[in-house]
Amino acid sequence: MSSQALKLISERNRKRLLEVIYSARAGHTGGDLSCLNVLTALYFHTLNISKDQLSDPERDRFILSKGHCVESLFVTLESKGILPKEDLDSLGRYGSPLGGHPTSNVPGIEVNSGALGHGLSIGVGMALAAKMDGRQYRTFVLMGDGEQGEGSIYEAAMAAHQYKLDNLVAIIDRNHLQISGDTEDVMAIDDIHVKWTAFGWEVTEMNGDDMDDIVRTLDELHPGGGKPHLIISHSTKGKGVSYMENVAKWHHGVPTEEQYVQAIQEIESRIKEMEGTIC
Amino acid sequence: MLACRKTFTETLLELARKDKDIIAVTTDARGSVTLGDFAEELPAQFVECGIAEQDAVGISAGLAHSGKKVFCCGPACFYVARSLEQVKVDMAYSGNPVKILGVSGGVAYGALGATHHSLHDIAALRCFPGMNIVLPPDAAATETLVRFLVDFPEPVYVRVGRAGVPDVYEGDFRFEIGKANTLLEGNDITLIGAGETVWHVLQAGKALKEKGIGARVLDFSWIKPFDRDALLKAARETSRILTVEEHSRFGGLGALVTETLSEAPVPVRILGIPDENAVHGCSKEIFHHYGLDAEGIETAALDFLKK
Repeated sequence: MSSQALKLISERNRKRLLEVIYSARAGHTGGDLSCLNVLTALYFHTLNISKDQLSDPERDRFILSKGHCVESLFVTLESKGILPKEDLDSLGRYGSPLGGHPTSNVPGIEVNSGALGHGLSIGVGMALAAKMDGRQYRTFVLMGDGEQGEGSIYEAAMAAHQYKLDNLVAIIDRNHLQISGDTEDVMAIDDIHVKWTAFGWEVTEMNGDDMDDIVRTLDELHPGGGKPHLIISHSTKGKGVSYMENVAKWHHGVPTEEQYVQAIQEIESRIKEMEGTIC
Repeated sequence: MLACRKTFTETLLELARKDKDIIAVTTDARGSVTLGDFAEELPAQFVECGIAEQDAVGISAGLAHSGKKVFCCGPACFYVARSLEQVKVDMAYSGNPVKILGVSGGVAYGALGATHHSLHDIAALRCFPGMNIVLPPDAAATETLVRFLVDFPEPVYVRVGRAGVPDVYEGDFRFEIGKANTLLEGNDITLIGAGETVWHVLQAGKALKEKGIGARVLDFSWIKPFDRDALLKAARETSRILTVEEHSRFGGLGALVTETLSEAPVPVRILGIPDENAVHGCSKEIFHHYGLDAEGIETAALDFLKK
């Protein structure tokens, strides 16, 4: 799929994301928006995951370790035809199968997550199982940059290196903001490239706001080589809604009616422009 | 006198030779667990995580999610403390059927102090929906358990001790999966044990029998799910219930019994470790100190029957 088509899907999902959060009156809006492009590229370009092969042992595995940004995964799975629309419409309602973090009762979600720092270890187990069984699937784990404070991540980083898991891809959504403010003020991680390289990982960086760069980076992940892969995805918290961008309070902010209308207008105008270009 | 951890790993190795999906995971504890032979003979089925219990449980969850039959093995004290959140989320909540083998549980590392005691594990894990908890009392029960667990599709915590333990299941006795096994019949008092206290409870029950007191002895090593019917039957048919556990007196076996019988008229007494850091010593000394050995149990039962 072309980058242009992926951009359009991502923008449509951005609109749906705002609808869902506004309707549910809850969501981790800022971090949802910063990783939406990456999820679109993964599910529509990279991962061999579809509605009909959710239990195929050869499917690629995806773990949303930054589980609080589940709304962005939900809209991606819905647009992929994996998650029914009526399920997502019920988000946040009493009795809904969908909660505020990923649970494996939802089609397309592998494991329950939401407690930070767990996803990479589980991903190591999945990647190790692939090696043991001679399977070709790859395992992708998306983490937050604030999440990098969890020490368990570095236990997993060492194990991935020890077992030469070149079939494991970790992505850090580097939006520079966590709930209390700038990551560098809360607990600095600005040398993560050096740190992960020292842990024996193959580290690359990309512009997570630029679909062309995301696709290029994902395509350039070389299989083999014996090293696990880390992608630092430089992104913008609140990406695509002008008043939310780079503002920490939108970590789990829900727009007012007026703000919601503005956000939808901004996104729709981009969608219209893209549809014109593609057609 | 066989050590349950040794029986566990020998049985696991025997089964793993024929089933390449059986995986042993550990945390620099192959010696403590007695997994050295397994690691040497089946290196492709052995995953060393280094000293990293959180990672070990997470990796185990990922392996189990991918169809592996995973036994995550190491000292009980660390798996149910350092990696408790991974046990809660990645095993219990996610339903990944990892089996944790917690060795040297309770006060088995007696002299090493409270860092190495696990006297809270039952209390902590009982509250996790989907979690199974078993403390096999001897080698025969352990072997039966391992053979059962290999294909059991749910997460399980198994706690065993360190030293050799006397046989409880010999002759006609068979350790039944998921049940409270009745080791001695009687209608005056019910004595209930789990894990290593079962043998002591059985000896106390036999001593009471010789004094003409009908002690019923139940092995409640399946803590979760537990055999509610056997407990309710004991409450109907005997006038006292005495529980004995190598665990804090709070939140464990005794708590389970009193919660279940809260509306029954039968009095219950709980023997276990009080709200203090256990004294130093070997298991035998610590059991004696807190009255958890046969002598202490018999004394407590006789006192209880006078009330």
